[in-house]
Amino acid sequence: MQYRLTTPLCKADLAPLRAGDTVLLSGVVFTARDAAHARMAELLDAGKPLPFDLRGAAIYYVGPTPERPGCVIGAAGPTTAGRMDSFTPRLLDLGLACMIGKGKRSEAVKTAVVRNGAVYLAALGGAGALMAASVQSCKVIAWPDLGCEAVRRLVVQDMPLTVLLDAHGGDLYESGPAAYLQSQKGESEACKT
Amino acid sequence: MKIRELDAAAVTGAVRQLCLQANRTLPPDVKAAMDAARAAEPWPLAQETLGLLAQNLDAAAQNELPICQDTGMACVFIELGQDVHISGDLQAAVDEGVRRGYAEGYLRKSITGDPLQRKNTDDNTPAFLTVTLVPGDACRITVAPKGAGSENMSRLAMLKPADGVQGVKDFVLENVRLAGSNPCPPIVLGVGIGGSFDKCAALAKHALLRPLDTPNPDPYYAALERELLQAVNAMGIGPQGFGGATTCLGVSIEQAPTHVACLPVAVNVSCHVTRRATVTL
Repeated sequence: MQYRLTTPLCKADLAPLRAGDTVLLSGVVFTARDAAHARMAELLDAGKPLPFDLRGAAIYYVGPTPERPGCVIGAAGPTTAGRMDSFTPRLLDLGLACMIGKGKRSEAVKTAVVRNGAVYLAALGGAGALMAASVQSCKVIAWPDLGCEAVRRLVVQDMPLTVLLDAHGGDLYESGPAAYLQSQKGESEACKT
Repeated sequence: MKIRELDAAAVTGAVRQLCLQANRTLPPDVKAAMDAARAAEPWPLAQETLGLLAQNLDAAAQNELPICQDTGMACVFIELGQDVHISGDLQAAVDEGVRRGYAEGYLRKSITGDPLQRKNTDDNTPAFLTVTLVPGDACRITVAPKGAGSENMSRLAMLKPADGVQGVKDFVLENVRLAGSNPCPPIVLGVGIGGSFDKCAALAKHALLRPLDTPNPDPYYAALERELLQAVNAMGIGPQGFGGATTCLGVSIEQAPTHVACLPVAVNVSCHVTRRATVTL
Protein backbone atom coordinates (compact mmCIF):
# COMPACT_ATOMS: atom_id res chain seq x y z
CA MET A 1 0.00 0.00 0.00
CA GLN A 2 1.05 3.59 -0.55
CA TYR A 3 -0.02 6.35 1.85
CA ARG A 4 0.16 10.13 1.59
CA LEU A 5 0.85 11.75 4.95
CA THR A 6 1.38 15.32 6.12
CA THR A 7 3.10 16.39 9.33
CA PRO A 8 2.35 16.86 12.20
CA LEU A 9 1.30 13.22 12.50
CA CYS A 10 -1.17 11.65 14.92
CA LYS A 11 -1.53 8.00 15.94
CA ALA A 12 -4.59 7.57 13.72
CA ASP A 13 -2.51 8.62 10.68
CA LEU A 14 0.13 6.03 11.47
CA ALA A 15 -1.97 3.09 12.68
CA PRO A 16 -2.80 1.72 9.18
CA LEU A 17 0.87 1.62 8.12
CA ARG A 18 2.59 -1.76 7.89
CA ALA A 19 6.27 -2.59 7.37
CA GLY A 20 6.91 -2.62 3.62
CA ASP A 21 4.26 -0.02 2.78
CA THR A 22 5.43 3.13 1.01
CA VAL A 23 4.73 6.67 2.15
CA LEU A 24 4.85 10.02 0.36
CA LEU A 25 5.49 12.45 3.19
CA SER A 26 4.83 16.20 3.02
CA GLY A 27 5.10 19.05 5.49
CA VAL A 28 7.71 20.08 8.06
CA VAL A 29 10.50 17.64 8.92
CA PHE A 30 13.34 18.43 11.35
CA THR A 31 16.89 17.18 10.82
CA ALA A 32 18.92 15.88 13.74
CA ARG A 33 21.79 13.41 13.97
CA ASP A 34 24.51 12.44 16.45
CA ALA A 35 25.63 15.77 17.94
CA ALA A 36 22.13 17.33 17.89
CA HIS A 37 20.73 14.34 19.76
CA ALA A 38 23.40 14.71 22.44
CA ARG A 39 22.49 18.38 22.84
CA MET A 40 18.76 17.65 22.94
CA ALA A 41 19.42 15.16 25.75
CA GLU A 42 21.36 17.84 27.67
CA LEU A 43 18.44 20.28 27.33
CA LEU A 44 15.95 17.68 28.53
CA ASP A 45 18.20 16.80 31.49
CA ALA A 46 18.28 20.50 32.41
CA GLY A 47 14.49 20.79 32.08
CA LYS A 48 14.83 23.24 29.16
CA PRO A 49 12.73 23.33 25.97
CA LEU A 50 13.94 21.73 22.72
CA PRO A 51 14.47 23.78 19.52
CA PHE A 52 11.22 22.34 18.09
CA ASP A 53 8.01 20.76 19.35
CA LEU A 54 8.40 16.98 19.39
CA ARG A 55 4.68 16.23 19.50
CA GLY A 56 3.62 14.69 16.20
CA ALA A 57 6.99 15.63 14.69
CA ALA A 58 9.14 13.82 12.16
CA ILE A 59 12.94 13.72 12.57
CA TYR A 60 15.16 12.98 9.58
CA TYR A 61 18.60 11.64 10.45
CA VAL A 62 20.60 13.53 7.85
CA GLY A 63 23.65 15.74 7.46
CA PRO A 64 23.23 17.31 4.01
CA THR A 65 26.05 18.59 1.84
CA PRO A 66 26.24 22.41 1.53
CA GLU A 67 23.77 23.86 -0.96
CA ARG A 68 25.07 25.41 -4.18
CA PRO A 69 24.06 29.03 -4.76
CA GLY A 70 20.44 29.06 -5.93
CA CYS A 71 19.73 25.56 -4.60
CA VAL A 72 17.60 24.69 -1.55
CA ILE A 73 19.80 21.91 -0.21
CA GLY A 74 22.69 19.69 -1.29
CA ALA A 75 22.66 15.90 -1.32
CA ALA A 76 20.50 14.72 1.57
CA GLY A 77 20.27 10.96 2.05
CA PRO A 78 19.81 9.29 5.44
CA THR A 79 22.52 8.41 7.94
CA THR A 80 22.61 5.22 10.04
CA ALA A 81 19.82 5.55 12.61
CA GLY A 82 21.19 3.04 15.10
CA ARG A 83 23.70 5.61 16.41
CA MET A 84 20.73 7.57 17.80
CA ASP A 85 19.18 4.54 19.55
CA SER A 86 20.25 5.48 23.07
CA PHE A 87 18.38 8.81 22.81
CA THR A 88 15.33 7.65 20.88
CA PRO A 89 12.92 5.97 23.37
CA ARG A 90 12.89 9.14 25.49
CA LEU A 91 12.01 11.29 22.45
CA LEU A 92 9.25 8.88 21.39
CA ASP A 93 7.77 8.98 24.90
CA LEU A 94 7.70 12.78 24.60
CA GLY A 95 5.63 12.61 21.42
CA LEU A 96 8.02 12.11 18.49
CA ALA A 97 5.86 10.37 15.87
CA CYS A 98 8.14 9.56 12.98
CA MET A 99 11.81 8.88 12.36
CA ILE A 100 13.38 8.81 8.90
CA GLY A 101 16.72 7.08 8.40
CA LYS A 102 18.29 3.79 7.44
CA GLY A 103 19.57 0.73 9.24
CA LYS A 104 18.34 -1.48 12.05
CA ARG A 105 17.23 -0.22 15.48
CA SER A 106 17.60 -1.63 18.99
CA GLU A 107 14.93 -3.65 20.77
CA ALA A 108 14.37 -0.68 23.09
CA VAL A 109 13.55 1.53 20.10
CA LYS A 110 11.24 -1.08 18.56
CA THR A 111 9.35 -1.40 21.85
CA ALA A 112 9.06 2.38 22.20
CA VAL A 113 7.76 2.66 18.62
CA VAL A 114 4.96 0.19 19.45
CA ARG A 115 4.28 1.77 22.87
CA ASN A 116 3.79 5.18 21.31
CA GLY A 117 2.10 4.25 18.04
CA ALA A 118 5.01 5.76 16.10
CA VAL A 119 6.80 4.71 12.89
CA TYR A 120 10.34 4.46 11.56
CA LEU A 121 10.61 5.09 7.82
CA ALA A 122 13.44 4.40 5.37
CA ALA A 123 14.89 6.98 3.06
CA LEU A 124 17.14 5.48 0.39
CA GLY A 125 20.63 5.12 1.84
CA GLY A 126 23.33 6.47 -0.43
CA ALA A 127 20.79 8.21 -2.65
CA GLY A 128 21.56 11.76 -1.54
CA ALA A 129 20.91 13.41 -4.90
CA LEU A 130 17.51 11.73 -5.28
CA MET A 131 16.30 12.43 -1.72
CA ALA A 132 17.18 16.12 -2.09
CA ALA A 133 14.61 16.49 -4.88
CA SER A 134 11.66 16.40 -2.45
CA VAL A 135 13.01 19.18 -0.20
CA GLN A 136 11.35 22.55 -0.89
CA SER A 137 12.96 24.67 1.81
CA CYS A 138 15.68 24.32 4.40
CA LYS A 139 16.51 26.61 7.33
CA VAL A 140 18.96 26.08 10.20
CA ILE A 141 16.99 26.61 13.43
CA ALA A 142 19.49 25.50 16.09
CA TRP A 143 23.19 24.97 16.72
CA PRO A 144 24.73 26.33 13.51
CA ASP A 145 28.13 25.58 15.08
CA LEU A 146 27.44 21.91 14.36
CA GLY A 147 27.76 22.50 10.60
CA CYS A 148 26.18 19.61 8.70
CA GLU A 149 24.86 18.32 12.05
CA ALA A 150 22.92 21.53 12.87
CA VAL A 151 19.15 21.19 13.33
CA ARG A 152 17.32 22.21 10.15
CA ARG A 153 13.64 22.78 9.49
CA LEU A 154 12.82 21.23 6.13
CA VAL A 155 9.61 21.55 4.19
CA VAL A 156 9.23 18.45 2.02
CA GLN A 157 6.77 17.47 -0.71
CA ASP A 158 6.03 13.82 -1.43
CA MET A 159 9.26 12.53 0.07
CA PRO A 160 9.42 8.84 -1.02
CA LEU A 161 9.80 6.60 2.05
CA THR A 162 9.28 2.96 3.03
CA VAL A 163 7.91 1.74 6.37
CA LEU A 164 10.65 -0.12 8.30
CA LEU A 165 9.10 -0.34 11.80
CA ASP A 166 5.34 -0.02 12.22
CA ALA A 167 3.25 0.59 15.33
CA HIS A 168 2.34 -3.09 15.52
CA GLY A 169 5.84 -4.54 15.83
CA GLY A 170 6.43 -5.13 12.10
CA ASP A 171 10.06 -4.87 10.92
CA LEU A 172 10.83 -4.82 7.19
CA TYR A 173 14.48 -5.75 7.83
CA GLU A 174 13.18 -9.10 9.15
CA SER A 175 10.09 -9.66 7.01
CA GLY A 176 11.59 -8.45 3.68
CA PRO A 177 14.59 -10.81 3.50
CA ALA A 178 12.48 -13.66 4.99
CA ALA A 179 9.84 -13.25 2.26
CA TYR A 180 12.51 -13.22 -0.45
CA LEU A 181 14.22 -16.35 0.94
CA GLN A 182 10.85 -18.08 1.20
CA SER A 183 10.16 -17.30 -2.46
CA GLN A 184 13.49 -18.85 -3.46
CA LYS A 185 12.75 -21.95 -1.40
CA GLY A 186 9.43 -22.25 -3.18
CA GLU A 187 11.19 -22.01 -6.55
CA SER A 188 13.80 -24.63 -5.78
CA GLU A 189 11.10 -27.02 -4.54
CA ALA A 190 9.07 -26.39 -7.67
CA CYS A 191 12.15 -27.32 -9.72
CA LYS A 192 12.41 -30.68 -7.94
CA THR A 193 8.86 -31.73 -8.81
CA MET B 1 69.97 8.04 -13.08
CA LYS B 2 67.83 11.13 -13.54
CA ILE B 3 65.55 12.29 -10.76
CA ARG B 4 62.27 13.79 -11.97
CA GLU B 5 61.15 16.95 -10.20
CA LEU B 6 57.42 17.16 -9.49
CA ASP B 7 55.95 20.36 -8.11
CA ALA B 8 53.70 19.80 -5.10
CA ALA B 9 51.22 22.23 -6.68
CA ALA B 10 50.56 19.63 -9.41
CA VAL B 11 49.61 17.15 -6.69
CA THR B 12 47.22 19.71 -5.15
CA GLY B 13 45.49 20.33 -8.49
CA ALA B 14 45.13 16.61 -9.19
CA VAL B 15 43.71 15.82 -5.75
CA ARG B 16 41.20 18.68 -6.03
CA GLN B 17 39.93 17.37 -9.36
CA LEU B 18 39.79 13.75 -8.15
CA CYS B 19 37.72 14.75 -5.08
CA LEU B 20 35.12 16.33 -7.39
CA GLN B 21 35.10 13.47 -9.89
CA ALA B 22 34.93 10.67 -7.32
CA ASN B 23 32.02 12.21 -5.43
CA ARG B 24 29.85 12.85 -8.50
CA THR B 25 30.51 9.88 -10.80
CA LEU B 26 30.80 6.18 -9.98
CA PRO B 27 33.75 4.25 -11.44
CA PRO B 28 32.66 2.38 -14.62
CA ASP B 29 33.13 -1.06 -13.03
CA VAL B 30 30.86 -0.23 -10.07
CA LYS B 31 28.22 1.27 -12.37
CA ALA B 32 28.38 -1.83 -14.60
CA ALA B 33 28.00 -4.11 -11.55
CA MET B 34 24.94 -2.12 -10.40
CA ASP B 35 23.37 -2.36 -13.88
CA ALA B 36 24.07 -6.10 -14.12
CA ALA B 37 22.62 -6.70 -10.65
CA ARG B 38 19.46 -4.82 -11.54
CA ALA B 39 19.01 -6.82 -14.74
CA ALA B 40 19.41 -10.11 -12.85
CA GLU B 41 17.40 -9.24 -9.71
CA PRO B 42 14.30 -11.47 -9.45
CA TRP B 43 12.62 -9.80 -6.42
CA PRO B 44 10.30 -6.93 -7.44
CA LEU B 45 10.95 -4.59 -4.48
CA ALA B 46 14.71 -5.12 -4.88
CA GLN B 47 14.58 -4.37 -8.59
CA GLU B 48 12.56 -1.22 -7.91
CA THR B 49 15.09 -0.14 -5.27
CA LEU B 50 18.01 -0.71 -7.65
CA GLY B 51 16.12 1.37 -10.23
CA LEU B 52 15.89 4.26 -7.76
CA LEU B 53 19.61 4.00 -7.03
CA ALA B 54 20.25 4.24 -10.79
CA GLN B 55 18.02 7.34 -10.90
CA ASN B 56 20.09 8.80 -8.08
CA LEU B 57 23.26 8.47 -10.18
CA ASP B 58 21.55 10.34 -13.02
CA ALA B 59 20.31 13.06 -10.65
CA ALA B 60 23.82 13.52 -9.26
CA ALA B 61 25.34 13.83 -12.73
CA GLN B 62 22.66 16.23 -14.02
CA ASN B 63 22.69 18.55 -11.01
CA GLU B 64 26.41 18.33 -10.20
CA LEU B 65 25.42 16.96 -6.79
CA PRO B 66 27.37 14.41 -4.79
CA ILE B 67 25.94 10.89 -5.26
CA CYS B 68 25.77 10.53 -1.47
CA GLN B 69 25.66 13.24 1.20
CA ASP B 70 28.41 11.44 3.12
CA THR B 71 31.24 12.65 0.92
CA GLY B 72 33.48 10.82 3.30
CA MET B 73 37.00 10.76 4.57
CA ALA B 74 39.34 11.69 1.76
CA CYS B 75 41.39 8.49 1.55
CA VAL B 76 44.28 9.27 -0.78
CA PHE B 77 46.67 6.64 -2.12
CA ILE B 78 49.85 7.68 -3.89
CA GLU B 79 52.10 5.26 -5.71
CA LEU B 80 55.22 7.33 -5.92
CA GLY B 81 58.00 6.37 -8.31
CA GLN B 82 61.29 6.28 -6.43
CA ASP B 83 62.89 8.38 -9.19
CA VAL B 84 60.53 11.28 -8.41
CA HIS B 85 61.35 14.15 -6.11
CA ILE B 86 58.40 16.20 -4.84
CA SER B 87 59.25 19.88 -4.45
CA GLY B 88 57.27 20.91 -1.39
CA ASP B 89 55.41 19.26 1.47
CA LEU B 90 53.46 16.26 0.12
CA GLN B 91 50.92 15.92 2.97
CA ALA B 92 50.29 19.67 2.87
CA ALA B 93 49.85 19.56 -0.91
CA VAL B 94 47.34 16.72 -0.67
CA ASP B 95 45.46 18.46 2.16
CA GLU B 96 45.25 21.64 0.09
CA GLY B 97 43.76 19.63 -2.80
CA VAL B 98 41.15 18.16 -0.46
CA ARG B 99 40.42 21.60 1.02
CA ARG B 100 39.81 23.11 -2.45
CA GLY B 101 37.88 20.16 -3.85
CA TYR B 102 35.53 19.93 -0.87
CA ALA B 103 34.95 23.71 -0.76
CA GLU B 104 34.51 24.28 -4.50
CA GLY B 105 32.40 21.15 -5.00
CA TYR B 106 30.04 21.92 -2.10
CA LEU B 107 31.02 18.60 -0.56
CA ARG B 108 30.32 17.85 3.09
CA LYS B 109 33.02 18.46 5.69
CA SER B 110 32.88 15.33 7.79
CA ILE B 111 36.20 15.25 9.66
CA THR B 112 36.48 15.83 13.39
CA GLY B 113 39.95 17.02 14.38
CA ASP B 114 40.04 14.88 17.51
CA PRO B 115 38.28 11.54 18.04
CA LEU B 116 37.03 12.38 21.54
CA GLN B 117 36.78 16.18 21.65
CA ARG B 118 35.06 16.12 18.27
CA LYS B 119 35.46 19.56 16.76
CA ASN B 120 34.94 19.65 13.00
CA THR B 121 38.00 20.81 11.02
CA ASP B 122 35.54 22.52 8.61
CA ASP B 123 37.55 21.74 5.47
CA ASN B 124 37.53 17.92 5.45
CA THR B 125 41.25 17.78 6.13
CA PRO B 126 43.45 16.05 6.93
CA ALA B 127 43.47 13.61 4.05
CA PHE B 128 44.12 10.03 5.11
CA LEU B 129 47.23 9.60 2.99
CA THR B 130 49.00 6.33 2.15
CA VAL B 131 52.20 6.58 0.13
CA THR B 132 53.80 3.53 -1.45
CA LEU B 133 57.20 3.72 -3.11
CA VAL B 134 57.34 1.92 -6.47
CA PRO B 135 59.97 1.67 -9.23
CA GLY B 136 59.92 4.34 -11.94
CA ASP B 137 59.32 8.06 -12.23
CA ALA B 138 55.51 8.29 -12.24
CA CYS B 139 53.19 9.51 -9.51
CA ARG B 140 49.82 7.72 -9.48
CA ILE B 141 47.18 9.31 -7.27
CA THR B 142 43.87 7.70 -6.25
CA VAL B 143 41.22 9.48 -4.20
CA ALA B 144 38.69 7.10 -2.63
CA PRO B 145 36.20 9.02 -0.48
CA LYS B 146 34.89 6.66 2.22
CA GLY B 147 31.59 7.09 4.03
CA ALA B 148 31.10 6.17 7.67
CA GLY B 149 27.91 4.11 7.35
CA SER B 150 29.87 1.27 5.80
CA GLU B 151 33.23 2.04 7.46
CA ASN B 152 31.59 1.59 10.88
CA MET B 153 30.53 -1.93 9.89
CA SER B 154 34.14 -3.04 9.26
CA ARG B 155 35.96 -5.44 11.61
CA LEU B 156 39.26 -7.24 12.16
CA ALA B 157 39.94 -10.56 13.91
CA MET B 158 43.14 -12.31 14.91
CA LEU B 159 42.07 -15.87 14.09
CA LYS B 160 44.01 -18.98 15.02
CA PRO B 161 45.92 -20.70 12.19
CA ALA B 162 43.81 -23.80 12.94
CA ASP B 163 40.66 -21.81 12.04
CA GLY B 164 41.91 -21.90 8.45
CA VAL B 165 39.95 -20.84 5.41
CA GLN B 166 36.67 -21.91 7.06
CA GLY B 167 37.36 -19.49 9.91
CA VAL B 168 37.92 -16.71 7.38
CA LYS B 169 34.68 -17.49 5.54
CA ASP B 170 32.71 -17.65 8.80
CA PHE B 171 34.10 -14.28 9.92
CA VAL B 172 33.26 -12.57 6.62
CA LEU B 173 29.71 -13.94 6.55
CA GLU B 174 29.14 -13.10 10.22
CA ASN B 175 30.34 -9.57 9.45
CA VAL B 176 27.79 -9.20 6.67
CA ARG B 177 25.02 -10.60 8.89
CA LEU B 178 25.87 -8.19 11.73
CA ALA B 179 26.09 -5.23 9.34
CA GLY B 180 22.70 -6.03 7.77
CA SER B 181 21.09 -2.92 6.32
CA ASN B 182 23.47 -0.42 7.97
CA PRO B 183 26.16 -0.14 5.26
CA CYS B 184 23.65 0.66 2.45
CA PRO B 185 23.60 -2.61 0.50
CA PRO B 186 24.37 -3.63 -2.16
CA ILE B 187 27.79 -3.60 -0.56
CA VAL B 188 31.35 -4.17 -1.74
CA LEU B 189 33.70 -6.13 0.52
CA GLY B 190 37.44 -5.57 0.81
CA VAL B 191 39.00 -8.49 2.67
CA GLY B 192 42.56 -8.58 4.02
CA ILE B 193 44.04 -11.94 5.01
CA GLY B 194 47.44 -12.26 6.68
CA GLY B 195 50.14 -9.73 7.51
CA SER B 196 50.32 -8.14 10.95
CA PHE B 197 47.40 -6.48 12.79
CA ASP B 198 47.91 -3.12 11.06
CA LYS B 199 48.98 -4.56 7.70
CA CYS B 200 45.82 -6.69 7.54
CA ALA B 201 43.52 -3.67 7.89
CA ALA B 202 45.49 -1.85 5.19
CA LEU B 203 45.13 -4.86 2.87
CA ALA B 204 41.35 -4.80 3.30
CA LYS B 205 41.17 -1.10 2.50
CA HIS B 206 43.50 -1.49 -0.47
CA ALA B 207 41.36 -4.36 -1.81
CA LEU B 208 38.50 -1.86 -2.28
CA LEU B 209 40.62 0.00 -4.84
CA ARG B 210 40.65 -2.96 -7.24
CA PRO B 211 38.00 -2.77 -10.00
CA LEU B 212 35.15 -5.21 -9.41
CA ASP B 213 35.69 -6.89 -12.80
CA THR B 214 39.30 -7.74 -11.92
CA PRO B 215 39.67 -10.90 -9.82
CA ASN B 216 42.59 -11.71 -7.54
CA PRO B 217 45.52 -12.84 -9.78
CA ASP B 218 45.97 -15.98 -7.65
CA PRO B 219 43.36 -18.58 -8.79
CA TYR B 220 43.00 -19.87 -5.18
CA TYR B 221 41.94 -16.44 -3.92
CA ALA B 222 39.91 -15.66 -7.06
CA ALA B 223 37.87 -18.79 -6.32
CA LEU B 224 37.47 -17.72 -2.69
CA GLU B 225 36.23 -14.29 -3.86
CA ARG B 226 33.58 -15.95 -6.04
CA GLU B 227 32.54 -18.36 -3.28
CA LEU B 228 32.16 -15.56 -0.71
CA LEU B 229 30.20 -13.38 -3.14
CA GLN B 230 27.78 -16.21 -3.80
CA ALA B 231 27.42 -17.02 -0.08
CA VAL B 232 26.76 -13.35 0.80
CA ASN B 233 24.14 -13.00 -1.92
CA ALA B 234 22.42 -16.18 -0.72
CA MET B 235 21.69 -14.42 2.59
CA GLY B 236 18.76 -12.50 1.09
CA ILE B 237 19.51 -9.14 2.75
CA GLY B 238 19.00 -7.39 -0.60
CA PRO B 239 19.28 -3.75 -1.69
CA GLN B 240 18.88 -1.44 1.34
CA GLY B 241 18.20 -4.55 3.47
CA PHE B 242 14.61 -4.82 2.16
CA GLY B 243 15.25 -8.38 0.86
CA GLY B 244 16.44 -9.67 -2.50
CA ALA B 245 19.25 -11.35 -4.41
CA THR B 246 21.56 -8.33 -4.62
CA THR B 247 23.33 -7.91 -1.28
CA CYS B 248 26.90 -7.60 -2.59
CA LEU B 249 28.40 -6.35 -5.85
CA GLY B 250 31.87 -7.78 -5.38
CA VAL B 251 34.40 -9.29 -2.97
CA SER B 252 38.08 -8.39 -3.36
CA ILE B 253 40.69 -10.20 -1.29
CA GLU B 254 44.30 -9.17 -0.71
CA GLN B 255 46.56 -11.62 1.04
CA ALA B 256 50.05 -11.29 2.57
CA PRO B 257 52.62 -13.43 4.40
CA THR B 258 52.03 -13.70 8.12
CA HIS B 259 53.53 -15.12 11.34
CA VAL B 260 53.39 -18.91 11.93
CA ALA B 261 51.10 -18.21 14.93
CA CYS B 262 48.82 -15.69 13.20
CA LEU B 263 45.80 -15.66 10.89
CA PRO B 264 44.56 -12.06 10.80
CA VAL B 265 41.45 -11.30 8.74
CA ALA B 266 39.98 -7.83 8.16
CA VAL B 267 36.73 -6.92 6.42
CA ASN B 268 36.41 -3.36 5.13
CA VAL B 269 32.79 -2.85 4.12
CA SER B 270 31.89 -0.40 1.37
CA CYS B 271 28.51 0.59 -0.03
CA HIS B 272 26.88 0.82 -3.45
CA VAL B 273 28.57 4.22 -3.72
CA THR B 274 32.09 2.75 -3.80
CA ARG B 275 33.97 5.78 -5.04
CA ARG B 276 37.46 6.08 -6.48
CA ALA B 277 39.17 8.19 -9.11
CA THR B 278 42.76 7.92 -10.32
CA VAL B 279 45.22 10.00 -12.30
CA THR B 280 48.89 9.51 -13.16
CA LEU B 281 51.15 12.56 -13.11
